[in-house]
Formats: sequence, structure tokens, C-alpha cells
Amino acid sequence: MGRFQRIKIAGSFIALIVLSLVAGKPARAQLDPSGEWSPRFDEDWEERIPGPEIGDYLGIPINEAARLRGDSWDATLVELPENQCRAHGSDYGWRGPSQLSIWKEMDRTSQKLIAFHTHLSAYGAEQTIWMDGRPHPPDYAPHTWQGFSTGKWDGDTLVITTTHLKENWVRRNGLPRSDLATASAHLLRHGNVLTVVAITYDPVYLSEPFMRTSDFVFNPQQVMAPWPCESVDEVDRPAGQVPAHLPGTNTFLNEFPANYGIPPEAARGGAETMYPEYRIKMKTMKTLPRPAKKVINQ
Amino acid sequence: MRPGANQVIQSAKSLGRMAMVAVAGLTLGVACYAQGNAAPPQAPNPANAEVHLLHVQGKVWMLVGAGGNITVQVGDDGVLVVDAGLAGTTDKVYAAIRSLSDKPIRYIINTHLHADHVGGNEALAKLGSTIAGGNVVGDIGASAGNQATVIAAQEVLDRMSQPDGNRPPAPQGAWPTETYTTPERKMYFNGEGLLLTHVPHAHTDGDTIVFFRRSDVISTGDIFVTNGYPIVDLAHGGNIQGVIDGLNRIMEMAIPADEQEGGTQVIPGHGRQCDVADVVWYQEMVTVIRDRVQDMVNKGMTLEQVKAARPTLDYDPRYGKTTGFWTTDMFVEAVYKSLSSKKGDAGQ
Repeated sequence: MGRFQRIKIAGSFIALIVLSLVAGKPARAQLDPSGEWSPRFDEDWEERIPGPEIGDYLGIPINEAARLRGDSWDATLVELPENQCRAHGSDYGWRGPSQLSIWKEMDRTSQKLIAFHTHLSAYGAEQTIWMDGRPHPPDYAPHTWQGFSTGKWDGDTLVITTTHLKENWVRRNGLPRSDLATASAHLLRHGNVLTVVAITYDPVYLSEPFMRTSDFVFNPQQVMAPWPCESVDEVDRPAGQVPAHLPGTNTFLNEFPANYGIPPEAARGGAETMYPEYRIKMKTMKTLPRPAKKVINQ
Repeated sequence: MRPGANQVIQSAKSLGRMAMVAVAGLTLGVACYAQGNAAPPQAPNPANAEVHLLHVQGKVWMLVGAGGNITVQVGDDGVLVVDAGLAGTTDKVYAAIRSLSDKPIRYIINTHLHADHVGGNEALAKLGSTIAGGNVVGDIGASAGNQATVIAAQEVLDRMSQPDGNRPPAPQGAWPTETYTTPERKMYFNGEGLLLTHVPHAHTDGDTIVFFRRSDVISTGDIFVTNGYPIVDLAHGGNIQGVIDGLNRIMEMAIPADEQEGGTQVIPGHGRQCDVADVVWYQEMVTVIRDRVQDMVNKGMTLEQVKAARPTLDYDPRYGKTTGFWTTDMFVEAVYKSLSSKKGDAGQ
């Protein structure tokens, strides 16, 4: 085989490889988020893993109504049988201590993408993100924890729009998110890192959109654990009782600002507290005396 | 069932119009109460109402847009509906039912007496028939089978057949033809058991919850709605404690599936299809407000003081209204009166 012939064969081989790569590449440089993903909690660790403190509303654009819901919330509520297995809403689920699995559903004949499916280890929550252009259901259709989601590509970002959410929470200390809220999630993949930008729009309890980011790392060896959940009666209490603090009686609200030296006014949250310039304003506010023994969330 | 899996037979073209008719129906329901006690209640233009069917699960469908939600069960035995919607919407309701089954309408069950739920009784019943024989036919004659059987708690018939203030009784053709006076009534139709539960002194004094046991669907009437605070019709025997009792009863009957959702499906009196998780949120809301107002009553606060304290502040952006037939103030007043009456029996 002559030198020219070898070059020709090698050239054809390279062209074939390039062609196959191009042919297999999604349109518009979309980056497939499918796979096994392990969460990283460096961001907002204390809120996400130990859990938020009672009365910590900092950085959330809540309104007056949400604030009272939070003030009235009694953690005992979670132990009611009807609440024990209640899953996170899909707008919150990215934040949980959850492994994430994403897979594609393809039309066998056309090989067109029908949907992405996600599974979170927390509560075994599964979300379907329809990619086939179907409309969202009418208003009278059911709402679910995960809602009804459709997706589209914005460059190489997968943008998910979710409606039909059940009421849930924006922070696990009683701050609510209503069933009239909608949500979007933007999935950005950078190699082996997946960043999810989740935005909640709630006309009932938020005065501005609430945006959070969560990061995941590709982990093909990941094994997803099951999440069996069975409600039990943990405490003998009268049927129908709803634990709650009456307005003005929640004595725990000042623990958070006192323990962390944060002005109580700031701990009340609101849109203003989301922005960096609020830190300057905080310096002019009064703080509570720190307790002799700091209470640390275990 | 996930939203995407639901079969929407007639897709929504104008939810705004649907909502308008629903609100109008509810308005008339409260304003006129029993069908026929005033001029037959009409939506601004029921002819413009758009009705939609949504498959809930099993043999049960939800029909929206005709006033209160209508539950439709279809099977080999015929058609059973829970509530009949507003007067003037029957043609569209019937057409929607016909799209599901060509079997006759055998039963109409009324959840309570308001016009947006019983307004279509007379017209819809006449389009159905009852299987009648033996002593019934012997006593009544062949006409015994000429219309669908209309079932309700005795209190519904009592109120519809009596003048209501200065309003005359409802036309006899709209009255229930069969009533029950027990806490529960059991039926078997279309291959499944139906449990009718009377919740005394809730939305009214004649509320019935219907549980389709094999389909695993509960039709609640207006004890549970998703579009506002519960209407407590004190003038017709309602009481906030009864509403809470009814919500608790629904929670007892329903069994959720994984993640505390799905499983038993719930059709509210107004609003969207639900499951028990939605009922739980609503029950929590009503109970929290009841407890707050009770605390204020115990402290001797007047109604005006209670209103000024805004015990519903945190739920108002979702359920409250400042105008219309059932405002937040009216709800707070009904709760206050329910809890502060001498015997704790306001509305009874």
C-alpha cells in the first residue's frame, strides 16, 4: 500500500468518525443531562441538610402572608400521619439531600425525544419533563408535588416550565409556596457538573421570583436507594388536630437572630433581603443579645 | 393520576368563562339557596357555559362548567350523577353525559340544596328513568319510572319543599324523590358500592359526601372547594365545625398512594380535581383559622375586633375575596358566629 493510499484511507476513516460524531450530536449543541448525578451541598449547607432554623426567613422574597404562615408553623405538624410522606415540590426537590437520576424517553420509530424523566432519592420523587410540545393541562386538572412540566432547549440549556403544583414549601420551616405558583428550572451541564437554576414564581406568597441554584456531579457508579415511606401514628392526638402557634405566641422566632447576631428585622425576610446591598443596611440595625449558651442545630 | 394521563374529553377553550359561570352559580347558590325558592336561578347566560369532562378514575368523571362540579359515574347499569348543576345548563350537561354513555340516567344524588347543585334537578331527572316495579308501580303507577331517582339527605327536601323566608318553595319537580335520615346510606350501582355520608351542620345542614368505593373517588359537595374559603351557610344550618368534621371525614375515607398523593381521588364542589393531600392543606387552613377565632372568642373579643385582627391574613392571598358574594369578612363572621353562639350551634 502506497503512502498516498494510506493517507487516503486514514482520511476517510477520520471523516467517518467526524461524520458519526456530527450525526449523533443533538441539534443546537444541546448537552444531554441524562445520567446519574450526586449532589454537592457546599451552597447553603445548613438550610439543606441540618435544615433551616425556625424564624429564618432571610433572603426569601416572602410577603406578609407567608411570614405569618411561617410564624404560625409548628414543627409537630410534620409528624401527623398525613404529612410524614409528603414529598418536596419539584421546585424545591433539587435542593434536598437527593441523588438525581435523569433518563430519556425516546420514540422508538422516529428516535425523537418524548420526555426526560428525573428521579430523586428523597421520597422517590419522579418528574416527567415533556419535550414533545404537548400543552399543559387545563386548570381543573389535578395538581401534584412534581407538577406538569414541559421542556425546551435554549442553546445548550434545558429550560423546564412547571405548572399544576400542589402547595408545598419554599423553606422547610413553614414558609409556604402556593398551588398557584409556577416554576422554571434551567439545567446547565458543564462536562461532569450539572447546575440547576430553579426559579419559583408564586403570586400568593412571593413578591418577586425566588431563584436558587444547586449543583450535581456526574457519578455513573451511583446506586439509587429506595425510599419506602409508611405513615404511622407517632403521637396519640385527637383526630383533625392541627398543631400551630397562635399569632404572636411563637417564642422560638427570636432564637435564630439571637444565636447568629442577626437583626431580628432582617430575619423576617422579604425581597429586600435577597440583595447584596442589604448587608450594608443590616449594619445599621439593632441585634438581640446573644444567649449565654448558643443553641446549635444538630 | 398524573395530569398528563387524564383524558380531557372537551379541552378548555375558555377557563375564564368557565370560572365566571362557576362563580355565578355559586353566587346564585348562596343568594337564592334552594332552587325555586326565588325565580329559578340563572347564570348571567348559562347558554354560554362551556362544560368539560375530565376522567377521574375508574368509572367516574368530573364535569365542570355547569355551576357546581358534577360527578358522573357510568357503567352497565346506567348513569349516576352527583349534583345536577345550574338550571339552564342541562342541555350541555346531558350532551356531555351522552358522550360517555347512551345508558339512561338512573340516579341524581344532591350533595346539598344550593341552586348551583340542584338547579338542573328537574330537567335532568326528566331525561332519565328509574327501574320501578312491584309494589312501587302498584302504588304509584307506571309514572314511577318516568324520571331518574333524586336522592338527598332529608334536610334538602325539607328546605326545598318549604318557603324560605319570603321565597316560595322550589317546584316539586326539582325535589328529591328519595331521602335518607341516617348517618350513612349504602347503594350498589354499576358494579361498585357507594357510601353516602351525611355531614350534619357543615356547609348546610343537608350535606352529603359520596364515596365510590371501587373507583376510589370521593365527591364532596361544597364542604371542600379549591377556589375560596368554605361557605358556611348559617341560615341553612351550616357551621364551621361541621365543615371541619366533613373535611376530617374525607381524610379518614381517603387513602393516598406513594408520596402521600394519588390513590383516592377527590372531586370538590368547585374547583379542580384533587386528592387527599389537597384536602389536608385545606383542612389545615380551616382548622388554623377556627382555632384563632376560637381563641379570640374565648378572650371576649367582638366580631369587629376579630375582623380587625385579620385571623385569615396568611390565607387571604389564596382564598380571600374583598368583593362578591362570599367575602373574607363574611367568612370570618360565619366562623365567629359558629363559635360564639350560646350553645355553639349557630346555624342549627
